[in-house]
Amino acid sequence: MKPGGQGVRDGQGVRDGQDGQGVRDGQDGQDGQDMRADAPDPLYERLTSYAGRPAATAGTGKDPVNLPMIRHWCEAMGDTSTAYQGPDAVAPPTMLQAWTMGGLAGHPRGTGRSAAYDELLGLLDGAGYTSVVATDCEQEYLRPLRPGDLITFDAVIEAVSRRKTTKLGTGYFVTTRMDVSADGEPAGTHRFRILKYRPAQRNPAQRNPAKSEREAPLRPRPVINRDNAGFWAGVAEHRLLIQRCTDCATLRFPWLPGCNACAGQEWDTVEASGEGTVFSHVVMHHPSFPAFDPSGEGGPYAVALIELAEGVRIVGNVVGVPYDKVRIGLPVRLEFLRTDPDLELPVFRASEGG
Amino acid sequence: MTEAYRVGDELPPLEIPVTRTLIVAGAIASRDYQDVHHDAELAREKGSPDIFMNILTTNGLVGRYIIDHFGPAAALRKVAIRLGAPNYPGDVLRLTGQIVALEGESRALIEVAVTGDNRIGRHVTGKVIVAVTEGGDA
Repeated sequence: MKPGGQGVRDGQGVRDGQDGQGVRDGQDGQDGQDMRADAPDPLYERLTSYAGRPAATAGTGKDPVNLPMIRHWCEAMGDTSTAYQGPDAVAPPTMLQAWTMGGLAGHPRGTGRSAAYDELLGLLDGAGYTSVVATDCEQEYLRPLRPGDLITFDAVIEAVSRRKTTKLGTGYFVTTRMDVSADGEPAGTHRFRILKYRPAQRNPAQRNPAKSEREAPLRPRPVINRDNAGFWAGVAEHRLLIQRCTDCATLRFPWLPGCNACAGQEWDTVEASGEGTVFSHVVMHHPSFPAFDPSGEGGPYAVALIELAEGVRIVGNVVGVPYDKVRIGLPVRLEFLRTDPDLELPVFRASEGG
Repeated sequence: MTEAYRVGDELPPLEIPVTRTLIVAGAIASRDYQDVHHDAELAREKGSPDIFMNILTTNGLVGRYIIDHFGPAAALRKVAIRLGAPNYPGDVLRLTGQIVALEGESRALIEVAVTGDNRIGRHVTGKVIVAVTEGGDA
């Protein structure tokens, strides 16, 4: 995709934007929600009037089908099929679109993209839908392409969708269909769908997802020191350990070097039964932090202060209910969650629906 | 020979390292000079963390995966793909396929559902129809 709203300038004749995919997530735009069908959308009315008009007329492949381009393609793809080599070589069928591309120089004026298609894209750009992402490519192959075949093509604007909201942003899907001929015979069809969209506003962390999303985000590591090492040793054994002052028997949590009740320095531990209730909670909406949210979307997620049956309180995640179903008094039970290979944490599972 | 194929058969997965070289070579071999497929600096200016694979390369890899399995005498009749998570350098694309239908004369038209996942999620979902001919299976 071209999130910055790259202009449409590639020379491929029919469309730019055959490149890419959503930059930030794994959702393709087709999952977008329809805007309310009854909502007035004057832009849509204008856009959809282009359906049926040409996207490219009488385009010509810049080179006939040829062995060097076939070989370069196969080298790039790691394709070693013998069908594409030797005296009887055919072109890999999936090269269909490649033969129609304008390359760096573009197609000669008047033979590439039609004025109607330029207008359609211009309307979208003008309305702020400046980014483009390719979402679908459907090709049918009617006959093999062989070295020497001369490629010609025509394309039509097949459809413009209603406005849709996708994870990338809000926009319109534009579908074109190209008919490709070889030496004047129908050789294949190539249906292509792009989303022209206005990028969703995201915070900088999300706009630049290189590290945080390409590698699964990890929760921060706990700081383990001599005062709390016993707690984490307990977690490793799936035991939630509460400190107990050996002078006055007061329980304390989180772990501390001394007793707040009597200042005693000696302590032992009591293993929590695991029963508790939500004493209080907050819902984190912003900033997002994907590692804390099981869906990976960064939230919202609930952070709760759990009052354990023993009387001390601990901060943790409530699992098993949506964030908006967490309530004060909700009964919970301790369990241990392995968030990644190197980290296990105590979390609290709601034991009823909230 | 088409008895050899049954609905439900799974193709062996194919793992393809998504190198910078593959992304650039695929873009150029497909005559796609959009800068987001070869110039990391310009890709970042446009909000992408890095260059990413173009749809034509994905299409080519799906075609290769199918013909690798069914053999050089098999002919692609249709490849329809939908893209999701981008392929950035350093990732690995894992293609899987399953036969979902056998059609046509002597059931020689095979429909394969293809998926390709990377570390971010599902890069591609597709449907391929491939024709296998008498004596032509791999």
